[in-house]
Amino acid sequence: MISIFPSLLSGAVITLQLLVSSMFFGLIIGLIFAILRINKNPIINKFAYGYSYFFRGTPLLVQLYLIYYGLANIEFLRNSFFWVIIKEPYWCAIIAFSLNTGAYTSEILRSAFQTIKKGYIEAAQSLGVTKKITFYRIQLPIAIKQSLPAYGNEIILMLKGTSLASVITIMDLMGEARKVNVLTFKPFEAFITAGIIYLFITFIIHNIIKYLEKKYGFQT
Amino acid sequence: MELLSFGDTGWGDELFFATLMTIAVSIAAMAIGFIFALIFTPLKLSKNKTLNVIGNCYTTIIRGVPELLVIYLLFFGGTGAAMYVASIFGYDGYIEINAFITGALAIGIISGAYSTEVFRGAILSIDKGQFEASKVLGIKKYIQFYKIILPQMLRLSIPNLSNVWQITLKDTSLISVTGLVEIMRQSYIAAGSTRDPLFFYSVAAVLYLMLTFLSMKLINKLEIKYSKGY
Repeated sequence: MISIFPSLLSGAVITLQLLVSSMFFGLIIGLIFAILRINKNPIINKFAYGYSYFFRGTPLLVQLYLIYYGLANIEFLRNSFFWVIIKEPYWCAIIAFSLNTGAYTSEILRSAFQTIKKGYIEAAQSLGVTKKITFYRIQLPIAIKQSLPAYGNEIILMLKGTSLASVITIMDLMGEARKVNVLTFKPFEAFITAGIIYLFITFIIHNIIKYLEKKYGFQT
Repeated sequence: MELLSFGDTGWGDELFFATLMTIAVSIAAMAIGFIFALIFTPLKLSKNKTLNVIGNCYTTIIRGVPELLVIYLLFFGGTGAAMYVASIFGYDGYIEINAFITGALAIGIISGAYSTEVFRGAILSIDKGQFEASKVLGIKKYIQFYKIILPQMLRLSIPNLSNVWQITLKDTSLISVTGLVEIMRQSYIAAGSTRDPLFFYSVAAVLYLMLTFLSMKLINKLEIKYSKGY
């Protein structure tokens, strides 16, 4: 059990890298699409809705395969400079995970934007605050605070999602556990140890979010 | 489009049966999940500390660990465990557990954890007065559960169960790694043999979207039906 620990930990590092980078890009994508969703233009609105519907309605595995195997099939992408990115399974995984978590994040932020009390915005308007400043200084901070608990869940869901990277040859925690299983024929040791590490990461994320909620959480 | 035709030349019929397989696995997993939820919800709500811890462990561990891990554990470990149990009873042959059963069980355990949380929330949101009233009327505990709590619990949990169903449906795509031929596996095979992954994975995505869309419509109808009179 102890002998398999170092290899699993090196996998856990990859898992965390995948998680952090996809959460980072996902947050940006989510924010953009949340803003598009509350846009009044029906075309922009529908586009953003379609995006989140597709990525929330299909399994992450399909999205991962579409990007990893599917994009490589397009001739002009293969000849363009994008090939440098999409030939690497690592970047494909990050693209798929970012787009996926971006869809969920956009929904979380959208519902947060929509539940902001109208009074705040009206108050800002009557005080003569410009629309831009209302958005950046009032709507955005409240929305972020309000969506903290749901976003915490999303981070944990994404942590579980990163385990799919192992099916496209990335040696993350799951991939290392699979390797150990194949080499030693001890499925219980390999997978249960990996499970404990996953639980440990979940536990840490959970507590960080709890702390942030306490510190910055929105009290009504 | 030729690739999707039915018969020997196209993949239409294969994908159709794969879709049925996905639906079958999802329903089986959901049913297994209900059984787990009906066992663990009372544990989570019980006043006994030990039972409480057992219930909490189940939901926390299953929801904190990747779905793929549960599937691998059952898939690789299940055969060994089954053979070990069989060897106690004096059977030493090789036992292979069906991929459908392992898959449905693995996804069932996962969806059970989510269902447990849903049921727990539903029971907690039932007015306390009803428990007290039925106690005062001298209604037996299990009749109270079957006649008063269960019907209300099911009605209250339909919206959240629809989320669990969506998660379960999408999780079944992970069973493809064990070789069960459902949508994902079938598209993988088709993509491999035609060298057109973009097309077949898009088809898979559309099939999943169709399934989620149709099931949402159905569940909405159920919801309207069961919330009559409220």
